[in-house]
Amino acid sequence: MWYYVKTLQHPVNLKSTDLRMAKLLITQYGGPDGELSAALRYLNQRYSMPTNKSKALLTDIGTEEMAHVEIIATMVHQIMENASIDEIKKAGLDGHYADHGKALFYTDATGNPWTATYIQAKGDIIADLHEDMNAEQKARVTYEWLMNLTDDAQIKEILGFLREREVVHYQRFGEALMDVQDNTKARDFDIL
Amino acid sequence: MMNKHEHLLEIQKVQFALVDLNLFLDTHPESEGAKKDFAALSSELKRLIWDYEKKYGPLTNFGSAYFQNPDAWINSPWPWENEKGGKR
Repeated sequence: MWYYVKTLQHPVNLKSTDLRMAKLLITQYGGPDGELSAALRYLNQRYSMPTNKSKALLTDIGTEEMAHVEIIATMVHQIMENASIDEIKKAGLDGHYADHGKALFYTDATGNPWTATYIQAKGDIIADLHEDMNAEQKARVTYEWLMNLTDDAQIKEILGFLREREVVHYQRFGEALMDVQDNTKARDFDIL
Repeated sequence: MMNKHEHLLEIQKVQFALVDLNLFLDTHPESEGAKKDFAALSSELKRLIWDYEKKYGPLTNFGSAYFQNPDAWINSPWPWENEKGGKR
C-alpha cells in the first residue's frame, strides 16, 4: 500500500498567473512523456520483473514519479487559479475551461487526453528497462524544451530539478540493466 | 529555533536526500558509504518529523504519523496551496 506525505518533493510557490505556461506544462501531467505516464508505466511493469533490484527500483522510481505528478499539478494550479475569464479566453484556454473550469486534467499541451497507448509493458526485463531508459530521456528533453519556452526564473528552477531527476533515473535503470546482463542467464527467466 | 516554514523545508531537504540515496542503494546495496548516510539521514528525518508533527500535526495519513490530530490533518495547508493563501 501507499501512504500520502503532506509535503511536496520540491517547493513550488508561484504567485503570478501564467496561462501560456500552464497550457504547456500540462503536458508533463498528462502528455506522452509526462509524469503520469512514467508513474503508471513503472508501477505496472514491476509485477513481471525477475530480479529483486529491478522490483525495488521500479517501485521506488514509480513512487517518486507520483511526487512529480504532484509538483507539475501544483505548478499548473498555482499559475491558473487566479486567472480571469478574459485572460482564459486570450490564452486560448476557453476550450479547457468549458470542459474542466479551472480544474486540472490529464492532457498534453494541445489538449489530447492521456492514453494507455503512451506506455507499454512487454513482460521482458531487457525490453522493459530499455523502454524506461528511453522514457527518461524523452522526459529530460521535454523539460529542456519547456525551459526554452519560459523566462520565469522560478518555473525554470523547478523544471531544472525535474530534469535532473530524469537523468538520475536513466542512470539507475541503466545500472539495473547492466546487473541483468552481467549476472543472469536467459534460462533464469524461463525464456526458451 | 526554526519557524514552521524553515522546519518543513528542512524536512523536504532530508526527504529528498533519502529518495536519491534509496534509488542509489537499489542498484548499489553493497555501498558502505551510502548505507551509512542512509542510516544517519533516516534518523535525522525521524527526529525532524517527530518535532514537526508534535507542534503542527500529522504529515502522513492512515495512522502512520507520530502524532494523531485529525483536525490538523484536515486544516493544515495542503502542498499545492500557495503559502500566503493566494486565493481570490
